[in-house]
Amino acid sequence: MLRFILRRLLAGVILLFVVSSLAYLLLYLGAGDIARQILGVSATQEQVAQKAAQLGLDQPLITRYVTWVGNAITGDFGASWFTSQPVVAAITSRLAVTLSLVFGTTILTAIVATALGVWAARKRGAADRLVQIVSVLGFAIPGFLIAIFLVNVFALNLRWFKPTGFVQLSTSFPGWLSTVTLPILALSIGAIAAIASQVRGSVIDTMRQDWVRTLRSRGLSENRVLYKHVLRNAGGPALAVLAVQFVGLLGGAIIVEQIFAIPGLGPVATQSTARGDIPLVMGLVVVTAAIVVVVNIVIEILHGFLNPKARIS
Amino acid sequence: MSESASTPTPAVATELRAARSHVGRRILRNPTGLVALIVLTVMVLLAVFADLLAPMDPSKANIQDVLAPAGGAHPLGADSAGRDVLSRLLFATRFSIAGALWAVLIAAVIGVTSGLIAGYYQKWFESVSVWVISIIQALPGIVVLLAARAVVGPSIWLIMAVFGVILSPAFYRLTYTAVVGVRNELFIDAARVAGVGDASIIGRHILSVVRAPIIIQAALLAGIGIAVQSGLDFLGLGDTNVPTWGQMLSDAFSRMYQAPILLIWPSLAIALTSISLVLFGNALRDELERAAGKPKKRRRGTAAYVPDASGDAPVTHDEERADDRATLLQVDGLVVGYDQPDGGVKQVVNGVSLTVRKGEVHGLIGESGSGKTQTAWSILRLLPAGGRIVAGTVSFDGKDLAHLSENAMVKIRGRRIAYIPQEPMSNLDPSFTIGSQLVEPMTVTLGISKAEAKERALALLGRVGLPDPKKTFDSYPHEVSGGQAQRVLIAGAVSCEADLIIADEPTTALDVTVQADILDLLRALQSDLHVAVLIVTHNFGVVADLCDRVSVMQNGRIVETGPARSIFRNPRHPYTRSLFDAILEDGAARGPLAHAADRNTITERSAR
Repeated sequence: MLRFILRRLLAGVILLFVVSSLAYLLLYLGAGDIARQILGVSATQEQVAQKAAQLGLDQPLITRYVTWVGNAITGDFGASWFTSQPVVAAITSRLAVTLSLVFGTTILTAIVATALGVWAARKRGAADRLVQIVSVLGFAIPGFLIAIFLVNVFALNLRWFKPTGFVQLSTSFPGWLSTVTLPILALSIGAIAAIASQVRGSVIDTMRQDWVRTLRSRGLSENRVLYKHVLRNAGGPALAVLAVQFVGLLGGAIIVEQIFAIPGLGPVATQSTARGDIPLVMGLVVVTAAIVVVVNIVIEILHGFLNPKARIS
Repeated sequence: MSESASTPTPAVATELRAARSHVGRRILRNPTGLVALIVLTVMVLLAVFADLLAPMDPSKANIQDVLAPAGGAHPLGADSAGRDVLSRLLFATRFSIAGALWAVLIAAVIGVTSGLIAGYYQKWFESVSVWVISIIQALPGIVVLLAARAVVGPSIWLIMAVFGVILSPAFYRLTYTAVVGVRNELFIDAARVAGVGDASIIGRHILSVVRAPIIIQAALLAGIGIAVQSGLDFLGLGDTNVPTWGQMLSDAFSRMYQAPILLIWPSLAIALTSISLVLFGNALRDELERAAGKPKKRRRGTAAYVPDASGDAPVTHDEERADDRATLLQVDGLVVGYDQPDGGVKQVVNGVSLTVRKGEVHGLIGESGSGKTQTAWSILRLLPAGGRIVAGTVSFDGKDLAHLSENAMVKIRGRRIAYIPQEPMSNLDPSFTIGSQLVEPMTVTLGISKAEAKERALALLGRVGLPDPKKTFDSYPHEVSGGQAQRVLIAGAVSCEADLIIADEPTTALDVTVQADILDLLRALQSDLHVAVLIVTHNFGVVADLCDRVSVMQNGRIVETGPARSIFRNPRHPYTRSLFDAILEDGAARGPLAHAADRNTITERSAR
């Protein structure tokens, strides 16, 4: 088990290195006269040159890259070009907010999608069609559109929730819950749609397995076989979809945070992108890629727990 | 997400090819597909003729018309800069759809080309692709787009081109799978031998297979493209000179408190287009699957009932000596059928009657598709979905199992009637240890403690001849051999002290050497436990080895029944005789089976 995790971590680190290197080189190769962009058109040629030297832009790209990698390994991702705030500080203060949103969504999604998928697989008929319709709508309608709809209905008209704002999870759980309910709902519908139809499909497939008949022939009730045996076997494919959905949620959170004015990574990402604040963009790329790597490893470990065949490899 | 789109397996590839020509027409007859197609066509027409339809310049701001209500010069009102909403909506339709199509086009060109090359030539190109894909998928698409936006600026075309690259693995995977499937089919070799060039092979055979799946995938990805493009513009990262649905939404959202009505038009446009794209993709897939699925519908064991002219009542042999053992199971006039999509019922068992006495071994013999397994499953009431007992009774210990509630049936299974399946490896839950699969039924049906059940399970594993019961107990099913798995299943069947064991071809899937051991084990257990056994088989050797009594089944009915000895000595029904001939000739060409009306079942059997 430990060797498996170590091997996966090593592969993850390599992937992280490749992704961040590619991002670094593409970002700097694609960028124009950075110092000029920062200072604006009114700056003199001298000021621009001075700024470039200050940012280290006068050195060759390869030197800058090596320095960046060296610093990144020690946890130093430089500072924002516009606010001079260290990248690490700018990101960590907001990372927890986004993660609380994304993990809340993941938990809600896993529970609701499993319940819906099993219900559809079990009842078929009308229940099945209902879940399939919900799946199509959830798949088709973008999350931020759902978010706008929810704000209009539940915040502006019904006034059940505040339209914007955020309370830290560490400050007050009920406060956090009241501010994240709508964002989590908006984010989860698409993921629920995708995972529910996956759960439905794998439960139906698994119910057709020979061993289901044999277990029932031993005197186990259909429900017991379903909830203990079938669900565990159907869980593997559903987890794979959950991993893909998680990556999507991380992206979706950026837009949804903007709608609800939640101080997560979203506003940072939007602002640094619009300004071309490359150190901050690089920091975001590395952090999200690292999260994706870690989540994939966790999902693989969970998969190994569910499926003994996956444990050995 | 994109994984949900269908990928043709090699087996259906040929059928897909045959089916594809009809799919274009079929989609028009599929109501959902037709409606979706109409909506999409209208959207495209609006986009194309936006210049003619728009009443004014979509970018012309007029301070006096800021947030003007609908009516007059502005049929849908004006936005926060006093621009005409209807005109903006029409042009936004043009740019949003064009942006999404542009991304899909880029994705398709990259994905299909690399998929064709990787699938056709494989080798290094394939492993490189795997790496590239895992790099692309290491980041959420939005984050990559944001990074790209930081460099390339707010150009909708450049950003959507980058998004096309991100989407390309979906097309790559689709094409790659299809190509590898088709490539391995013989006709490609035949084509090569005939001197057809590679390009021609790809063009003629492979592209025609992946065309429909690519259209499906394109529809789904276009929906995602619209969502992402609108999302970026909503964040204010798009080109403000190009009206898009996302721009309109962003503008309306900033004035949500003053004029919430402005949110409706872009939202409706995005939702309608996205839903139509998904529904169109799904409808196309459904039609494709329906067209390709037809020949596959025939499942094993659901052979059509062919009326047998000769057989009304089975040939019944007299008892050789009085049998005073009490009747345990009495099946009378059992009819089993499967509900068909057209509302009919396909009968697979047509009025079977048989008797099993206490402690007796009864053989049910017949070729594959004769309905013997269906009979066995219906006694346990464990027929596959769609199957049910249409008529008849199954009397067991004074109860009619055919009409018992499911809850009452649960109490019968395992405890009173146990089951040994045919295929050992597929009949153990791969996710649980063998031990836990033995312990669980004992604790449930016998109500004993886990510790006691474990002790009994270990003893049983020893009893069925497993050399190291402890090791097998802790093993997972994939860690044992087929013969060992069958011993485990036999242990499971006898674990709850049932009165009747239904064994469905318990040796068919095993090696010949293991078969004899398993038969020995069954015989020994049967005489130790005095349990009645109904053994389903197509092998007269098994019958001769174990059975007191035999029923011969053909086309869903019993044709001959009686004591095993008597039937062996004097088989009277022509079908029974032809079965005997089949063993005697063993290996040589078989004579035609009497009354074998269904050719397919014969082929199936000889394929064994």
